[in-house]
Amino acid sequence: MAKPKVATASLAGCFGCHMSVLDIDERILKLVELVEFNKSPINDIKKFTDRCAVGLIEGGCCNEENVRVLQDFRKNCDVLISVGECAIMGGIPALRNNIPLKECLDEAYLNGPTVYNPAKRIPGDQEIPLLLNRVYPCHEVVKMDYHLPGCPPPADTIWEALVALLTGKPLKLSYELIKYD
Amino acid sequence: MSATFTFTIDGKEIKASPGQTIMEAAEAAGVYIPRLCYSKDLRPHGSCRVCTCMVNGRPQAACTQPAAAGMVVDNNTDEIQAIRRDLVDMLFVDGNHFCPFCEKSGNCELQAMAYRLGITAPRFPYLWPERSVDASHPEVFIDRNRCILCGRCVNASKDIDGKNVFQFVGRGEHKRVAVNAEALAADTDLKGADRASMVCPVGAIVLKYKGYATPIGRRIYDQKPIGSEIESRRK
Repeated sequence: MAKPKVATASLAGCFGCHMSVLDIDERILKLVELVEFNKSPINDIKKFTDRCAVGLIEGGCCNEENVRVLQDFRKNCDVLISVGECAIMGGIPALRNNIPLKECLDEAYLNGPTVYNPAKRIPGDQEIPLLLNRVYPCHEVVKMDYHLPGCPPPADTIWEALVALLTGKPLKLSYELIKYD
Repeated sequence: MSATFTFTIDGKEIKASPGQTIMEAAEAAGVYIPRLCYSKDLRPHGSCRVCTCMVNGRPQAACTQPAAAGMVVDNNTDEIQAIRRDLVDMLFVDGNHFCPFCEKSGNCELQAMAYRLGITAPRFPYLWPERSVDASHPEVFIDRNRCILCGRCVNASKDIDGKNVFQFVGRGEHKRVAVNAEALAADTDLKGADRASMVCPVGAIVLKYKGYATPIGRRIYDQKPIGSEIESRRK
């Protein structure tokens, strides 16, 4: 039987949650026995080549590209998991959520105390994904099946969740494994 | 005469004396009723409703409802826990709660309640309200983004400190904790050692220069759920 496939993505996150995936230490050898990685920054596969059993999403949606990637994951993954506070509630990027977008850009590119920008230009190249009006948690954009909180979620939390899902057991996290920080 | 009487919580017989609330009698018997706004040394406020129990089939706040002989109280049922989960979910989306960098994290009663209820993400859309901070005071920092309007600071300042530093102003979604006379905290006689500066269940009123003093793993709710200290007294 072919191994189930896992895909991962970092949207508006810091890659800390991906670091936490690597933090499962030598269990990563068992994980490689258990699954095959598809689209993921871990192996640098850019496009889905097959349907995946599990998709791990780090970070919320702060721009249109994040939304497209997230929708692509929803289409290609059976089970989609929000990993970490940014995916669940927006996290640090969501600190801008009650400040109008224009004010944020003006502060970053025009008015900030350390800004040097003689052309007074705010980046607007077509190659740059458009920012959303605010940062959205993943479950406000597509349906998410599970949430693993933490900043980052402990490696044990990610491990327990993956093993439970891939072996068809119910996902029950103990008290120590649900933490928001 | 202060004759004791009994009532039941989840079928277990509980002893109580006249004047005791359901919460007080339960606590003395080692039964934990989840709560957020209630604090032992303060007048019960009954605002958070997390201590809601079914009392003879009707929802009542256990912190304000006096115990009575023969009362039948349901506390730890699926129905009540679902109500509590909804309440805590709403508190999370109604403010701006950034647990990862909050200095109260690990010692926060709201967060601990969510842990106890097994909440991994709130089920309601985030509201991202605009709230103010007040960093004017030399010892105390006020961040209304994290306030759950429990009223502990208001009652502590009035009843224990005798100062009346905090009040509620506004109604409904505009309700907020204000300091005396539309002023900044620095303009009041609030002190860091006041009870009002220390009773906040969340990170809305915190003492300056004390943040992150306890390492992760040794904070109050890192290992054991909120309420386990009461449950451990249960015979």
